[in-house]
Amino acid sequence: MTVFRRELAGYFGTPVAYVFLVIFLILAGVFTWQLGGYYELEQADLRGFFTFHPWLYLALIPALSMRLWAEERRSGTIEFLMTLPISTGGAVLGKFLAAWAFTGLGLALTVTNWWTVNYLGEPDNGVILASYLGSFLMAGGFLAVGSALSALTKNQVSAFVLTFTASLLFVLAGFPAVTDAISGWAPDWFVASIRNLSFLDHFDAITRGVVDARDVLYFLSVIALFLFGSAVIVDQKKAD
Amino acid sequence: MIEIKNLTKRFGHITAVDDLSFRVQPGEVLGFLGPNGAGKSTTMKMVTGFLAPTSGAISVCGHDVLTDAAGAQAAIGYLPEGAPLYPDMNPRSMMRFVGRARGMAPSRLTARIDEVCRLVHLEAVMDQRIETLSKGFKRRVGLALAILNDPEVLILDEPTDGLDPNQKHEVRELIRTMSAGKVIVLSTHILEEVEAVCTRAMIVAEGSIKFDGTPAELRGSSRFAGAIEIAVASDHAEVAQRDLAELGSVSHIGEVVEAEGETRFVVFPATDAPLLEDVQRVAAGASWSLVRLAVDRGRMDDVFRTVTTGQSAQGA
Ligand SMILES: Nc1ncnc2c1ncn2[C@@H]1O[C@H](COP(=O)(O)OP(=O)(O)OP(=O)(O)O)[C@@H](O)[C@H]1O
Ligand SMILES: [Mg+2]
Repeated sequence: MTVFRRELAGYFGTPVAYVFLVIFLILAGVFTWQLGGYYELEQADLRGFFTFHPWLYLALIPALSMRLWAEERRSGTIEFLMTLPISTGGAVLGKFLAAWAFTGLGLALTVTNWWTVNYLGEPDNGVILASYLGSFLMAGGFLAVGSALSALTKNQVSAFVLTFTASLLFVLAGFPAVTDAISGWAPDWFVASIRNLSFLDHFDAITRGVVDARDVLYFLSVIALFLFGSAVIVDQKKAD
Repeated sequence: MIEIKNLTKRFGHITAVDDLSFRVQPGEVLGFLGPNGAGKSTTMKMVTGFLAPTSGAISVCGHDVLTDAAGAQAAIGYLPEGAPLYPDMNPRSMMRFVGRARGMAPSRLTARIDEVCRLVHLEAVMDQRIETLSKGFKRRVGLALAILNDPEVLILDEPTDGLDPNQKHEVRELIRTMSAGKVIVLSTHILEEVEAVCTRAMIVAEGSIKFDGTPAELRGSSRFAGAIEIAVASDHAEVAQRDLAELGSVSHIGEVVEAEGETRFVVFPATDAPLLEDVQRVAAGASWSLVRLAVDRGRMDDVFRTVTTGQSAQGA
């Protein structure tokens, strides 16, 4: 967990991290109060706010995850890191958890929204709590994908583009336009499994307030799978 | 102890390390020499578990690097080539990170940070961001990290590269004082460094061992070892060379250089001949007089060139 501590401390040592937090909060605010049509709906909940989280993460997580491994590989510090008596898995996990905790912090800072709706009306706090959990899990999914793709390249920009594209696929897989398009010709089980792969689908389920073990498990498996992939890729590519 | 058996590493069609086998015992300081691209760094990367060998076996203090990398890495202090460091950290936080990763107790870590910082003279920059440090200071930080927990094995890839002459001297001193009971392998392009710190010199070229012996043997295997360099006034050069060539103890004369009215040449000995005595006797009774005379102990750069290129240096 030394890697976790170093990485987390690293976030606060760089202005980029603060810029990230500020952008995160501004976008979260804009999405909620403007685009989310909070006032028009005249109902005190955070549906609008959470609906935009997949898109928020789509834009911001690749920027956070791109440097995880790409930068270590480019600067050669990976040789220093991987010759310490730390396992590859431990290093992958430490970096991931630090990035996740950092995103969690950004998310935690949006509780002001929660207070506001409680002040304005009587929302279902259970649903909101579930949504926060879902959002956090989804952020973990994005980050895990980003971690694996960041290990693939030495170039942060490539890592960003790769992660953005992959994340977009994960989000779009559940988008009605996409599922409709393939349901025309593909068998039902195929459409269902594509849908099932989507972050959007599982996230929506959780934000309805029902924390189904299957949805939680889905995100945890995505995280586990991509972290395992990260470790394999790091081991393969570290010395290139 | 480090034991390397039939180690080979190929990158595509390039064979960087070719069937290398050797051992290094505690107390030994092995100087790893070789031209650029000889495979020194590649070998070190494999010993430290960073790079997987194509074939062969490596064991460090009883830990097989291929199956128990962490065990081997716990015993090794490693300074990678170019001393890569996190630019946004400072030497102190970097040392704390390494200390924790190596499982050092907090009190011991604090004590060692102070000690190591004094040993490599980092006092003034301990809290300065690494990206703002000069090249030599970065190298010193890398060295500090390698020796932080006083490991049994030290692998140092060009430890004195980029250091000023004073620091070079101090680092060599440091390595010498630390060497008791440790296995130390360092690579360098400075041949004198090998004599200054190493108990054993190894020259690799094209991935295989071309020389393995003590630094004295390395120097001694030079064709210049035991040869005598003589300088006379240029007017007498021909006579002097003719007189000396008649000696039975002289095999041949070469490396003739003329400069500023003075001619220098090297008299090579026939095997086991008392060359110095003979030369002095001849010179004492000759019509010409010596400007200078020096017995050559052997030339490291000459051996290096001979061994790594198969041809000898001209006019060295
Ligand atoms: N990742 C890699 N991919 C392909 N070839 C490599 C790689 N790393 C090293 N090589 C090749 O392996 C050979 C040995 O390189 P190595 O870095 O071990 O040399 P070296 O002895 O340390 O040289 P130097 O004195 O310049 O540091 C070189 O031909 C190099 O080009
Ligand atoms: Mg090298």
